[in-house]
Amino acid sequence: MSELELRQTTVVSAAEHEAPRPARRMPRIGTLLAFAFVAFLAVAAFAPGLVQTHPPNAISAAEAFQAPSFAHWFGTDESGRDVYSRVVAGTGTSLLIGVTATFIGLLLGAVLGVLASFGGRAVDFGVSRLVEVLFAFPGLLLALLVIVIAGPGPVTATIAVGLSTAPGYARIIRGQLVAIRSAPFVESARVLGHAPGRILARHILPNALVPLLVLATLGIGQAIVWASALSYLGLGAQPPAAEWGAMLAAGRTYLGTAWWMTVFPGLMIVGTTVATTVLGRALTRRDQEVR
Amino acid sequence: MTARADAAAAAPLLDVEGLRVAFDGREVVHGLSLRIMPGECVAIVGESGSGKSVTARSLLGLAGPGSTTTAERLEVLGRDLARAGEREWRGVRGRSIGLILQDALVSLDPLRPIGREIDDALRIHERMPPAERRTRVVDLLDRVGMPDPAAAAGRRSGELSGGLRQRALIAAALALDPPLLIADEPTTALDVTVQARILALLGEIRSRGTGILLISHDLAVVGGLADRILVMRGGRLVEEGPAEQVLRTPRHAYTRALIAAVPTDRARGERLSVSSAPVTGDGGSDDAVRTGDRPAPPARTAVGERPVLRLDGVTKTFPVPGGRLAAVDDVSLDVRRGETLGLVGESGSGKTTVARLALALTAPDAGEVLLDGRPWSSLPERERRPMRRRIGAVYQDALSSFDPRWSVRGILDDALGTVLPRAGRRERDRRVTQLLDQVGLAAPVGARRPLTLSGGQRQRVAIARALAAAPDVLICDEPVSALDVTIQAQILDLLEDLQRRDGLALLFISHDLGVVRHMSDRVAVMRSGRIVETGSSDDVFGSPQHPYTAQLVADAPRLAA
Repeated sequence: MSELELRQTTVVSAAEHEAPRPARRMPRIGTLLAFAFVAFLAVAAFAPGLVQTHPPNAISAAEAFQAPSFAHWFGTDESGRDVYSRVVAGTGTSLLIGVTATFIGLLLGAVLGVLASFGGRAVDFGVSRLVEVLFAFPGLLLALLVIVIAGPGPVTATIAVGLSTAPGYARIIRGQLVAIRSAPFVESARVLGHAPGRILARHILPNALVPLLVLATLGIGQAIVWASALSYLGLGAQPPAAEWGAMLAAGRTYLGTAWWMTVFPGLMIVGTTVATTVLGRALTRRDQEVR
Repeated sequence: MTARADAAAAAPLLDVEGLRVAFDGREVVHGLSLRIMPGECVAIVGESGSGKSVTARSLLGLAGPGSTTTAERLEVLGRDLARAGEREWRGVRGRSIGLILQDALVSLDPLRPIGREIDDALRIHERMPPAERRTRVVDLLDRVGMPDPAAAAGRRSGELSGGLRQRALIAAALALDPPLLIADEPTTALDVTVQARILALLGEIRSRGTGILLISHDLAVVGGLADRILVMRGGRLVEEGPAEQVLRTPRHAYTRALIAAVPTDRARGERLSVSSAPVTGDGGSDDAVRTGDRPAPPARTAVGERPVLRLDGVTKTFPVPGGRLAAVDDVSLDVRRGETLGLVGESGSGKTTVARLALALTAPDAGEVLLDGRPWSSLPERERRPMRRRIGAVYQDALSSFDPRWSVRGILDDALGTVLPRAGRRERDRRVTQLLDQVGLAAPVGARRPLTLSGGQRQRVAIARALAAAPDVLICDEPVSALDVTIQAQILDLLEDLQRRDGLALLFISHDLGVVRHMSDRVAVMRSGRIVETGSSDDVFGSPQHPYTAQLVADAPRLAA
């Protein structure tokens, strides 16, 4: 019996014993590209030295304003620093801000959502109205308000972005919890005599929160855009820190002569947002298929 | 008979030979032949997946996207449609063949008055002035027995009851006076009394010379109306013949299994399913036909003296516009050990609220629920919780009662949590396997998610979960209503076996008189929140005292009419 035949028989017998799962399709090409991009970002964030070609802050007046070339892939800036290496150096900061801000928003949203759905009628009313008031402000305006109060800087920018995304998460979490709390399977757990704490931990929270984690990957891209916007306005990471938004702001002056100073950091922001969003959508699809 | 029927007497309305329907290359109907004469009712009977609905739809050129229909012959009123395009089919639908679908709620546009829906067919196919169309619509509604037809034409489907909606659908199908009607499960979602009236209406339509193709999963429904019966299974015809012969002297084993599975007028304790082999694969119905020796059912445990579960003058009201509605009104019931109490009633009678009250999922406004003579409904939840394991529940929709994230094994393991809180991994695994075995499921099923199981398998898992805590009382709310008749037979037999073995007290709730009668020692008949009659199963169904019970019994479809 050839190896191929052997493998076919094993497959057949495995199929007989295992559940007929819904056929899992090959990941789409876009998903694969997005995954590759995020993998690159991860390397750039945790081990920037591996992918950098120059020290990101090495000044060399002689090499200022060089167009993209083999030596400097993304060109150089006004101080002769390598734009590619600076973009790589900025990855950690940008991702950290994006992930942390999303986490803060999610955590705050979860607290508000759980309060609203389990705190009784009065608490639900209070929290829901608070969330609606927060919704009334454009997200960035809310973030600006926080910075006005707390002062500029990467930490406040992160917190500000996190705070301004929280209302959205709070509303989704509340809706999920309210729906699942009265789901038949939760009721049947009550009939079995399980304690409320156990039902909450084993049935309600996992079913409500896991889809939300998937949603949060979609939020990371959004948070990075907002954090970059704040840095661009000079309210987030401060120069000479290599943060994408700050780099955009610094390159703005030379837009006519050195387009590469703004285009490449901008592309990174766009690329990161698109990649995380595509991955988030792929995760959502998978979660729905599993159900 | 009308003149039209006489003239066409020689020619069949529908003549199909070698009908094959495939979806994306996978054939689901394998060469079906079928003939319908004027004034004749032909029924196709089969379980889910038998291809009966696909067959019906393909006769209208509506088999669906991705489908290919071929036939050696496909003639409607002598017109060859074997290679008809969409354009040609459109001329056939409505005019030559009318279609009545199962779910009147979704088949009618909720935003338009039913008069407009019926009018559609007239407007599209006939050149008729609006005023004439209006009288015709009212006339049609009158013909299908719609009370106050002129007013009803202005109502939307949401304002009508299920039975009246079905009548409106039939009126729409009759609008162009088609010589042939296809009715796909026309009474499946309806209460028995309503079902009886709809079937009578179809009988009346047939007697005027219209041919009817009736599609149903229910042999008993078909029995009263059909002249000929075709039994389908897995896309093939397994038996065909005059209704009388198919029902009384079926030749094929599958037909016999189908007939044996119908619980109506079958004595308590009599087996319904043919085999009790553990269910492993997906084809639950395959097991039903395999004839084999089954172990003798365990002897019945004696019915206990004192009630285990007792509802004492329980009332539950819900707020409705303009007051409160008593969903359950002064209901008293009791169930003893080893006994089955059947609770029967039509939709909206308050059966499910009784189940929820018994499970202490909702508190009564008046009266009390007692467990073993001790307070149950009046206890605070904290004190009741440790005792909850004594009452198990099985619901109609098993799937939604399972946590979607969990495998079967996880579900059963979770249910064991209240009984064996400190047991080790191996002890619990052993118990889970034992539970699966008790409900006739093979161990590998444990690794699967309920979503990938068939309806019967899901219900077995639900029963296993209810049994995990070794309860004294089992409350079954419509446990077999969503199942095919052979699967239903297996589940009913399983419940009966488990009761015999463990001496369970069973509160069995169903709208289906046949099922309740087969399962119950005693029966309570419920209507609008009240118990109108209670007594031994034989007394209540044999000589009903209350006129409503008598009506229910008279309307229940049965095999030998």
